[in-house]
Amino acid sequence: MSLSQRQLALLLIAPGLALVAALFLYPLCFSLISAFTGPQGGFSLQAFAKAYELYSGDILFTVIIVLASCLLTGLVATIIAGTLTLGENRFIVGTLKALYRWPLFIPFIVAAQCMRTFLAKNGLMNNSFVAMGLMEPLQAMSFLDWRGIIATFVWKQTPFVALLLAGALAALDRATLEAGRNLGASRLRVLVELALPQVMPQLLVALVLSFVTMLSVLSVPMMVAGSQPTMLTVDMAFRINAYGDYSTANALGVITYLISAGAAIIYLKRGMAQEGTR
Amino acid sequence: MLLAAFALAAFAFFLIGPLVNLALWSVAERWYTPYKLPVVYGTRYWEQVFRPTGDAMASLATSVWIAVLTVIVALVLSIPAGYALARLKLPARALFMIVFLLPQAFPSVAIYINVARIFYQLGINGTVFAVVLVHAAHGLVYSVWIAAAAFGAVDRDLELAARNIGASPLKTFFSVTLPLAAPGIIASGIFVFLESLDEFTGTFFVGVPQVTTLPLLLYNAAMGGNYQVASITALILLVPSVLFMLFIERFLRADVLAKVGA
Repeated sequence: MSLSQRQLALLLIAPGLALVAALFLYPLCFSLISAFTGPQGGFSLQAFAKAYELYSGDILFTVIIVLASCLLTGLVATIIAGTLTLGENRFIVGTLKALYRWPLFIPFIVAAQCMRTFLAKNGLMNNSFVAMGLMEPLQAMSFLDWRGIIATFVWKQTPFVALLLAGALAALDRATLEAGRNLGASRLRVLVELALPQVMPQLLVALVLSFVTMLSVLSVPMMVAGSQPTMLTVDMAFRINAYGDYSTANALGVITYLISAGAAIIYLKRGMAQEGTR
Repeated sequence: MLLAAFALAAFAFFLIGPLVNLALWSVAERWYTPYKLPVVYGTRYWEQVFRPTGDAMASLATSVWIAVLTVIVALVLSIPAGYALARLKLPARALFMIVFLLPQAFPSVAIYINVARIFYQLGINGTVFAVVLVHAAHGLVYSVWIAAAAFGAVDRDLELAARNIGASPLKTFFSVTLPLAAPGIIASGIFVFLESLDEFTGTFFVGVPQVTTLPLLLYNAAMGGNYQVASITALILLVPSVLFMLFIERFLRADVLAKVGA
């Protein structure tokens, strides 16, 4: 054989890498250069000063929205996956199993359109609460702001995280979990102390993917909450479409890279740690 | 027990409610406050959307065509890459896994605005080709990671058995490894297909104004205040999503899922 296994491996992986290089790494360099270039050319931080001056509120808003959505998604997904794996009531497990995946492949833009009507002041949610006598009509208020964005993100991402988590939980050795139950631990304790630590890597991967997905979505903040404050994706699109202002848009882009770098580092650390034990 | 049942009911309400609202809007010819339900029901807007001169059918065709091409590109690239990642000695394996994650791991808007700039200079902005490339790069993490997990879940002993009875490495791959990994790879193709159908941001920057996919049509209708057309377009987009959701577990087994990202 003329090729070593390593050379073959690199050859097989090369076309995929080439596409990522051309459509991701190259434009990434473009955006970095553009963000750090002044109006007269040459290195400058002017674009960042402008981005900070105009959008510092939106930067904070974006971080809070994405973090809160991730935490809620992780919590709800854990409850769902835990119930599916450890639940003993057949009806509840069966119903949950049939229900929880519905938003899994629903496009963000469809989710946004659903929520746009559902969470509105006179949307189905408030109308149902009024009809059930839980709320006075005058108390109805619109949730089409930061709450709407978080609700849409959690609604859309929870099934994805729950699916990966339930798969990982199902693959665990049942004997340890049942041993825990036999020793008198509650199901909650078995989930939190025995099962979850073993599937932490999968939960982490799912949440990191969700984090950056939420950070990248343009349609949800545009459609669910049009007004200020808004997320950085909307600001970037606005800088380009309204002013053709690439340097400020790219400076905002670099800021979003830094936010997502936080998530990437968590994954990187885990990947490296695992590579060490391989 | 009562608490669990109540929690399940609340969960079902928040899960299904938004979809019910969408369905109601699609058949609401007139609906205004203070009415809690549509005042006049009808299919007038469905007729408008499905009219041959309507934009929906053309956008649907464009969307599906782009998604099919994207799956082909993604699978051609990810089957070899996934195999190399799962089975061959690869230096800096974790690093390569991360490289495929990058298009998903970075907020894409900043990338797309620059891709659009580059494509514009190349003269391919606003073409199906440009949109397919963008969608494929974006979907590659799913197809590569799931393909790697699927290859990783194939029992090595079966491959060794094939080699022992004289099959070449290539023959072993095509008659043992690939068929056993096929359900996972089909699942990855489904992910990529749906990602492409769902994809709004990339098309928004790279495709307009020439390429109008369903998400762009939906966006324009929603922002134009036409909730009926937006809801009907959204329902059309839901059909493949729900169908694939019902079938996904047949393709994506727990042992493959457990290996994703590992």
